[in-house]
Amino acid sequence: MAKIPTPEELSNISFQPPAKGWMDTKPEFKEGCYCNAASPKWLEWLDYPYPRNWSVRDEDWKLPANWKEILLEGFDERLGRFRTLKLFMDICVRCGACADKCQFFIGSGDPKNMPVLRAELMRSIYRRYFTTAGKVLGKLAGARPLTEDVIKEWYYYLYQCSECRRCSVFCPYGIDMADLTILGRELLSSIGLNIEWTMASVGSCYETVGHIGATPQAYKDMIDFFAEENERVTGVYTNVTYNRKGAEILFIVPSGDYFADPGTFNYMGYLLLFEYLGLDYTISTYAAEGGNFGYFMSHEMGKRLNAKFYEEAKRLGVKWILGGECGHMWRVCNQYMSTWNGPADFLEEPVSPITGTKFENAKNHKMVHISEFTADLIKHGKLKLDPSRNAHIKLTYHDSCNPSRAMGLFEEPRYIIRNVVPEGNFIEMPSNTIREKTFCCGSGSGFNGDEYLEMRFRGGFPRANAVRYVRDKYGVNHLACICAIDRAVFPPLLDYWVPGMDVIGVSEMVGNALVFPNEIERTTDLRDRPLVGCEEAEEEEGGEIE
Amino acid sequence: MTDFFKLHFFIPLGIVLALIIIPYVGYMANQQLVLAVVIPYLAVLIFLEGLIYRVIKWARSPVPFRIPTTCAQNRSLPWIKKSIGEKLDNPETTLQVIGRMALEVLFFRSLFRNLTTKLRRPADHPEDAKLYYWSYKWLWLGAIAFHYTFLIVLLRHLRFFTETTPGFVQTIEHVDGWFQIFQPTVYLTGIILLAALTYLLLRRVYNPNMRYISLASDYFPLFLIMAIGTTGILMRYFFKVDITAVKQLALGLVTFKPTVPAGIGVIFYIHLFLVSVLFMYFPFSKLLHMAGVFLSPTRNLANNNRWVRHINPWNYPVKFHPYIEHENKYRQAMKEVGLPVEKE
Ligand code: HEM
Ligand code: SF4
Ligand code: SF4
Repeated sequence: MAKIPTPEELSNISFQPPAKGWMDTKPEFKEGCYCNAASPKWLEWLDYPYPRNWSVRDEDWKLPANWKEILLEGFDERLGRFRTLKLFMDICVRCGACADKCQFFIGSGDPKNMPVLRAELMRSIYRRYFTTAGKVLGKLAGARPLTEDVIKEWYYYLYQCSECRRCSVFCPYGIDMADLTILGRELLSSIGLNIEWTMASVGSCYETVGHIGATPQAYKDMIDFFAEENERVTGVYTNVTYNRKGAEILFIVPSGDYFADPGTFNYMGYLLLFEYLGLDYTISTYAAEGGNFGYFMSHEMGKRLNAKFYEEAKRLGVKWILGGECGHMWRVCNQYMSTWNGPADFLEEPVSPITGTKFENAKNHKMVHISEFTADLIKHGKLKLDPSRNAHIKLTYHDSCNPSRAMGLFEEPRYIIRNVVPEGNFIEMPSNTIREKTFCCGSGSGFNGDEYLEMRFRGGFPRANAVRYVRDKYGVNHLACICAIDRAVFPPLLDYWVPGMDVIGVSEMVGNALVFPNEIERTTDLRDRPLVGCEEAEEEEGGEIE
Repeated sequence: MTDFFKLHFFIPLGIVLALIIIPYVGYMANQQLVLAVVIPYLAVLIFLEGLIYRVIKWARSPVPFRIPTTCAQNRSLPWIKKSIGEKLDNPETTLQVIGRMALEVLFFRSLFRNLTTKLRRPADHPEDAKLYYWSYKWLWLGAIAFHYTFLIVLLRHLRFFTETTPGFVQTIEHVDGWFQIFQPTVYLTGIILLAALTYLLLRRVYNPNMRYISLASDYFPLFLIMAIGTTGILMRYFFKVDITAVKQLALGLVTFKPTVPAGIGVIFYIHLFLVSVLFMYFPFSKLLHMAGVFLSPTRNLANNNRWVRHINPWNYPVKFHPYIEHENKYRQAMKEVGLPVEKE
């Protein structure tokens, strides 16, 4: 793995573009800043074209002989299918309002990470092959021929865009680089260029249980373990049923919440909440992956993975689907699910069995967000909560890109947080860095790979910077979020930029605060950390074990 | 100065200068009819047809997914109330979408959010690098100033095309000319138009990243509109032309009885020619953002997917992994750990 520069070195960012024009500068594949090529086995697994062994650092990417035709045909076809593509190719005025809004530009200073220039990488090809001016005037019209170097450039920079949509918020025409990135990546896929992390995740969860390729029995083991852990910490065993027909609700979470800390603690939180309510729900070993890395490859692959949701809901005969805390899962479920795989007319309009609240806002796609569900419970006074059990948590809240700019979920998690932590423990980051203006964690859209750490740290710099601000000023020690990718990637990011911060899911804090009638005396939180006031008892106990 | 900049800056500048010389030569060669009748008609024809053609071309591509950029809270539980502003930043209904679009088109709402980002890294504490964001309204102000003055100037010209000047045009003239120290009345809009254009041009040239992204197609309209504005101002205040004759010509054009009155100065022909070029250029350039903004799927749709299904006209079935294959693969193991199965 590449050596990561120190934070001091990394923050030495120059915003001065190179002397040569952008069409004449080739991308330099810097160690730590590009994603590895996907191995052929995943492509074969998924019927993706041109599986082969290749490496980004190779001169020859072993493209198919007719790659140019394939790519241009694909471009043409997409121009006919997506109004976004056609319009966004034509109407940008290069006003530059989007330029310094992208965290990858802020963190790298590389001008091709300005959304406008990232788009120009594609636009220049569009002009050359699909507009008269471009055909005739060439470079003067901002057009350039399609060469292998252009493809390499696309690969480099389309995988330095996390599809976060921050640029789209500021663009006067709503030009959404995220949409262009998706389509550009589709084109790259069409000539056999994919990244390993995404492909491996998709390949695994396509046929097995989740991104890590677990088996149903291993999956069950993990969840059962959480139930036992819950019993150990709270005295309450949290019953779970799997693949149970006739359950009222199918619960789907991203696998990040069951295979790695701190997501696992969030899973414990979900289970505690459901046990508390006596909810009639089940989880599936088939629709076991809420995350959808397919969407980071193509609309089609996104659809292929998402199909499992409704399939399983139908097979089990549930009434509606409850979704856990996951960023892009919710983007997919909000923006695409019912269009791709609906209508979900075999499901019912979701109603909370506890409060009777009708989720009218979800009456089409029939899926409720855990934060909506929980906020509704709290509002109706259905949960006995003891915020003091989260007193050791002084937190700020990270709005994940997807629920923010591709859905609009802002208030529900905040409402929950205010009810589960003591007053004054929740501090917002500066207003230009939250809500619709939130910064990406730097690792969205398939960037979790370790080979990519430097770029992740660069992209995550603006977010980390805002976290540091509230840490230094208010002593914040936790970053809360409702996204599994966040929970996976923030710990290393914050360790790097803002040491001493913990990352926590909202449902984990709910689990901490929930007061069960039959619970044992709670001295620790779900992570076995002593509660405020119980620190000594904990130490004594620790001594005994030794 | 990079080659890239030279190419994209000086060629459009040269072209605009050439566009000034062409009508001058034409005038000298007594081609007034071509300059004042043929070319303007052609320009309007190209403008209209081009505009319609381009809009139809966009509209022919469907909107497969409903993907508005949500810039505020979405519809949620009934007690989560949204302010008017939030409704317009994340619209739920067609009415709210219209509101959002009106804000975008009339007030450049999104541009109004503009921020500027600064990295401060003290030399003696490089570990203390901090990012700062400020609201940055200059671009918004420049853009608004340019577009509105352009619009007003355009509307003021209606007095040439109508027998009796419409009331609203008179009002505009009145307000615009409140600054009545000079004779003839100085219209502020003309001055602001040029000032705003100068600002937009300077930021392109002086901001290194703006210069890096700017293409000939960005400089050309700025030069062209500046040339139009400048010739207009020159004509009004310095090289006066016979206004009655101009009005006669303009009326002739709109009533399809074109005449070319004698005695109109060359500066007028230059001005008119440049305007004609702008019209002809419009449908094939980024200026089309005027129409495009209305079609943008991230702005002109309600964020209502969760309660109203959006149809993709080319939705096609895809291959996915069906449940039964999942079970076939793991049946034995599933049974062993007590997971229910379809087939024993
Ligand atoms: C519905 C009508 C229109 C809207 C909403 C609109 C909006 C905008 C916005 C938001 C910008 C970006 C800010 C800027 O760079 O100034 C812009 C740029 C521009 N617009 Fe418009 N516009 C419209 C019509 C027009 C028309 C009719 C023209 C002229 C013929 C025009 C010419 C320009 C030019 C030249 C720029 C680029 C300025 C630069 O280089 O920085 N626009 N427009
Ligand atoms: S903000 Fe929009 S119009 Fe302006 S440069 Fe960026 S993409 Fe183009
Ligand atoms: S979508 Fe996000 S990451 Fe991609 S260009 Fe826009 S701001 Fe940058």
